[in-house]
Amino acid sequence: MKAGAARALRWTRVNLFSTPLNAALTLFIAYLAVRLLPGTVGWAVLRASLTAADDRACAASGGACWAFILDWSRFILFGRFPYAQQWRPAIVLVIFAALLLASFSRLLPGRWLALAWAGGLGAVALLMWGGVLGMPYVDTALWNGLPLTLILAAGGLGISFPLALLLALGRRSSLPAVRTLSIVYIEGARGVPFIAWLFLMLVLLPLFLPPGVAIAKLWRAEIAFALFIAAYLAEVVRGGLQAIPRGQYEAADALGLGYLHKTALVILPQALAVTIPAQVNTFIGAFKDTALISIVGLFDLLQDTNTALNDPAWRMAYVEGYVFVGAVYFVFCYSMSLYSRRLERRLGRERR
Amino acid sequence: MHIMKFLGVAVAGLAFGLSAALAGTTLDGVRSRGVVTCAVNTGLAGFAMPDHEGNYQGLDADTCRAIAAAVFGDARKAKFVPATAQQRFTLLQTGEVDVLVRNTTWTLLRDTENGFNFAPVTYYDGQGFLVAKKLDVKGARDLDGATVCVQPGTTTELNLADYFRSNHMSFKPLVIEKLDEVENAFFSGRCDAYTTDRSGLAATRAAKAPDPEDYVILPEIISKEPLAPAVRHGDDEWFDIVKWTVFAMIGAEEKGITSANVDDMAKSDDPEVKRMLGTSPGMGKALHLDDRWAYAVIKQVGNYGEVFERNVGARSPLKLARGLNALWTQGGLMYAMPFR
Repeated sequence: MKAGAARALRWTRVNLFSTPLNAALTLFIAYLAVRLLPGTVGWAVLRASLTAADDRACAASGGACWAFILDWSRFILFGRFPYAQQWRPAIVLVIFAALLLASFSRLLPGRWLALAWAGGLGAVALLMWGGVLGMPYVDTALWNGLPLTLILAAGGLGISFPLALLLALGRRSSLPAVRTLSIVYIEGARGVPFIAWLFLMLVLLPLFLPPGVAIAKLWRAEIAFALFIAAYLAEVVRGGLQAIPRGQYEAADALGLGYLHKTALVILPQALAVTIPAQVNTFIGAFKDTALISIVGLFDLLQDTNTALNDPAWRMAYVEGYVFVGAVYFVFCYSMSLYSRRLERRLGRERR
Repeated sequence: MHIMKFLGVAVAGLAFGLSAALAGTTLDGVRSRGVVTCAVNTGLAGFAMPDHEGNYQGLDADTCRAIAAAVFGDARKAKFVPATAQQRFTLLQTGEVDVLVRNTTWTLLRDTENGFNFAPVTYYDGQGFLVAKKLDVKGARDLDGATVCVQPGTTTELNLADYFRSNHMSFKPLVIEKLDEVENAFFSGRCDAYTTDRSGLAATRAAKAPDPEDYVILPEIISKEPLAPAVRHGDDEWFDIVKWTVFAMIGAEEKGITSANVDDMAKSDDPEVKRMLGTSPGMGKALHLDDRWAYAVIKQVGNYGEVFERNVGARSPLKLARGLNALWTQGGLMYAMPFR
C-alpha cells in the first residue's frame, strides 16, 4: 500500500512536474478540468432530460435535451426510408460495424477481409434496393441518414482508390499524352472547391443530359465525390512513389521485371506503406466531406438532423442535435485513425 | 452582368427546349409513371416537413397530394423530391418534377424568363414585424429609430431598408446569419423588432418565445410574397389540372363541402356543387380527368380551410390567423373561379 503510494507519487513527479513548464501546464489543465468538467457533466448527464415532451420542458431542467434525439432517432438515422422497412438500413449499419470491426481486429487474413468487404457491400446494396426476397423496392432518393453517409464514403473511397493509383502512375509516366491527361485531371479536380463540383453534377448536369436520361441524385453525388477524392489521393500516392529510392527501380529492372510487375510487386507496396498517414488523412477528410451533400438536398445524417430541428417542438435543441452528429462522425473518424496506426505498426515491423 | 443574364436565358431556353422535346404531355408522363412528382422544401414546418415516419406533411405537401388525388383518385400517389432554393427551378425545367410546390413566390421574371406558369396562390405571405407587447408599439410607423433584427442575403433585408427609407424613418439593423441566433438575439432583447415573412414570425413566436402571449405581429405588411405552385411553360393541359385542383379546394370551402360531408354534399341540389363533385358530368372530361376528380381531392385531402387549419392554422403549432388567406367572403383573397 505504502509502496504503491510512493510509486504513484514518483510517477506524478516524473511525468507531470518534471520541469517548471511541465508543472505549469499540468496545473493549467487541472484548472480547466475543474472549471469545465462539472458544468459539462452536469449539462450532458446529471441535468439531461430523456423524456421531455418539447424543448421548453427541457429548458426547465436546465440540462441537455437528449429527448429530442430519442424522439426523432429513427428519422435522424434512416430519414425517409419507408418506416415499416427500416429494419433494412438498421441491418446495413450492423454490417458496416461488423466490417469495420473485422478490419480493425484483424480476425480475418487480408484476402478474406477483402472478400468480406465485397460480400458485405453486396448485402448492403441488396438490403437498400430490395425488390427481391419479398423486400419492396426502395428508390435511392429514400436512402437517407447514416446508411447514406456510409455508402457514399465506402463507395467513394472504393472507386477513388484504384483511380488514384492510375492517376499517380500516369503523372509519372514517360508517355506525354498520359502524363498531360493525368496532370490536367488532377489540377482541374483539385483547383475547384468540392461544393462547386457538387453543384455542377446536381444542378447543371441534368440540363445537358439528353431528354429522358436521368441519373439518380445519389449516383451523381457519389461520382462527384469519388472523382474529387481521387485527385487528392493521387497526389498522396505520387508522394510515396517519389520517396522510393532509385535503387529499388534499378534493382527491379536488374531482375528483369517488366513495368507491370515492377510497379505491382516492388514499387507500389512500398509507396502505399509509407503514405498510410497521408492516405488516412485524406480518407478522414473525405468522410467528413460527405456532409456537404446536405447542401444539395441529399438527406445524409446532418441533413436529417437539420430537418428534424425544424420541428417547432424542438427548435431549441440544435446544440444536442449537432453534438450527436459530431459524436457519430468522431466514432468513425477515430476508428479509421486507430486502424491506420495499427496498420502502420504492422507494416513497419515487416519492413524492418 | 449582361453575360450572366444571357447565360440565364440560354440555360432556361435550353431546359425549355429539352422539356418540350420530352415525349408526350406531362399528364401522359404522370400516368405512365403512376405518381405525381413534386419538388418541396427539404423541411419547413407547416409547408413541407417530414413527420417522425418520414412522410411529408404541410400545406405544400397537401397541395401535391390533392393533385395526385385529382389525377389518380388516390392522394397517396404523390412523390416528394426535397429541393433546396438553388435546385428548385432546375428540377422543374428539366422535367425531374411535374410541379414545384416549394413556398415559391410568384414574380414576373419567374413567370416569363424562367419558363414557368403559376397556379393560383395557395398562401399569401408578406414581410412583417414581431415586437414585444411591453414596448407598446401600435404599428410599424412607431418603429422610428428602432434596432431591427434581420437575416442577411435575402430580399428581407432590402425590403426592410426600402420601407424605412420610403417612410423617412431611421433604424439600426442587427444582421445575423443563423436563424437560431437571430431569434435568440430578439428574445434576449438585443433588438426591438424582428422582421421576416409573417409565417416565419408566427413560427418563431410559437416555438421560441418564453410566453407567446407577450409578443405581437404588427399589422403592416411591407412586401408581398404570394406563394404558388408552378408548372412548366408549354403544357396547358397540365397547367389547367394544377390550377383547377387548387380552385377545387377553395371552391369546396366556399360551398361548405368538407372531407367529412362530401358524400352527403354529392346528393346536393346545388347545380355548381353537382358539377364540382361530378354528380352532373362534364367538368372532369374537360380537364381530361375522371368526373369524380374534385370529389377525390376533397374526400382525401380536404377543402382549403381544412388544409390550412391542419397545417398552419389554429390546429397546428404555428397558429397562423387566416388573414389574407381567408375566403373573399370573409375579407381574404381566396376566390375560386366558377365551376361551369
